[in-house]
Amino acid sequence: MIPFDFEYNKPDSLSDAIKMYKNFSLMNKEPLYYSGGTEIITMARENKISTKAVIDIKGIPECTVFEVNNNKLIIGAAVTLTDVSESKFFSLLSDTARFPADHTARNKITTVGNICGNIIYKEAILGHLVADSSVIIYGENGNRILPINLAFNKKIQIEKGEFVSQLVVDMSYSQLPYVCVKKTKQGIGGYPLISMAALKKNGNIQMAFSGLCEFPFRSKSMEEAINNKSISKDKRIEKAIKHLPAPILVDIQGSAEYRKFVLINILQDTLAILDGGER
Amino acid sequence: MISCNETTKLELDVNGEKRNVIVRSADTLLRVLREQLGLMGAKAGCENGDCGACTILIDGVAFKSCIMLAVEAAHHKIVTIEGLKETPIQKAFVEKRGFQCGYCTSGFIMNCHSLVTKHPYADDQMIEELLQSNICRCTSYEEIKEAVKSVLDLNKKNINLGERS
Repeated sequence: MIPFDFEYNKPDSLSDAIKMYKNFSLMNKEPLYYSGGTEIITMARENKISTKAVIDIKGIPECTVFEVNNNKLIIGAAVTLTDVSESKFFSLLSDTARFPADHTARNKITTVGNICGNIIYKEAILGHLVADSSVIIYGENGNRILPINLAFNKKIQIEKGEFVSQLVVDMSYSQLPYVCVKKTKQGIGGYPLISMAALKKNGNIQMAFSGLCEFPFRSKSMEEAINNKSISKDKRIEKAIKHLPAPILVDIQGSAEYRKFVLINILQDTLAILDGGER
Repeated sequence: MISCNETTKLELDVNGEKRNVIVRSADTLLRVLREQLGLMGAKAGCENGDCGACTILIDGVAFKSCIMLAVEAAHHKIVTIEGLKETPIQKAFVEKRGFQCGYCTSGFIMNCHSLVTKHPYADDQMIEELLQSNICRCTSYEEIKEAVKSVLDLNKKNINLGERS
């Protein structure tokens, strides 16, 4: 049971949502935008967050869009991971949408909610980082459109009161060769030891990771090292690992040493698949 | 636009009946089903979205009722285990002995019912993936998988017979 009360509001438009947020803030209700809501409910139940008003964005037409328009795939903030995983638009995004949680939970969790949540893994972002998606952020001054690789640094960088209304991906990326893999301690579900999405564009590999550090990331330095074809594959992997943006995560899923071992194997497989040749 | 105060009156469509309830907007659907409507089939297991014991159907799709607010379920068709009568998957669970203590069974049945109706051509990989949503500590997994496969096989036979006649 959630141990505190809150109001529930479901606006019909982006502007109404922003107005509600502003008004509730003025009343010190510490409003939260709500879509899938799974993380809000579980954290509220444990008293890890508090609010007096939630603003459910599932009634806003822009947030329910899931379509290809002008060769861009638009994923609204209320589109669930199951919607994406079962769609045929973009295989890499469908595959990475299967990474978080389990199938029934994914009927409720949204892609944008997973990316904007507190959970450290945020695996639904991996495909978007390598596919150079854009995020549409709605606030008092209307839309802001940012490349996801700028908007996301350890977590999504948005101002108080703003929310991500859509993700936009160029469909030309859907034709590129890709690898995505989730390695877990046990079974096919659960939190990752390492999840990775990689694709090859203009002869170079673009790759993003979750579970490896305390936040998901895509590292240009790692990509430069892994794409340096003047040295052996083993050296490329060794140099890439030296450019990790933070210490390797240690938790109940695995030690840093074990994660490094798994990472080397993933990178060997990725190079074999995307660059050809033997492992 | 929908606005609900901290406490609100709702009409829920549960198992084909309109039920009126007064709920806190912060109440999960699971709590309302069990504590206000007396529908005890959805179990409060982890209440964290992990175990699947509270699985119900919303418009035919499986959801974990512990991670859904009751106010979100208004204007949708809710089906709990009490609303399933003599379905093929229920019979298959009995025939294949897909349970032991029974605590997880209603959640599993709701998920499996959704699986066989929404995905009639599900392959082994898909069955495996969808069944990961529920946990059975008595480990009846193999028997549950057999129950699902038997219903899918039966449905395929019926479809083929229908096409021939």
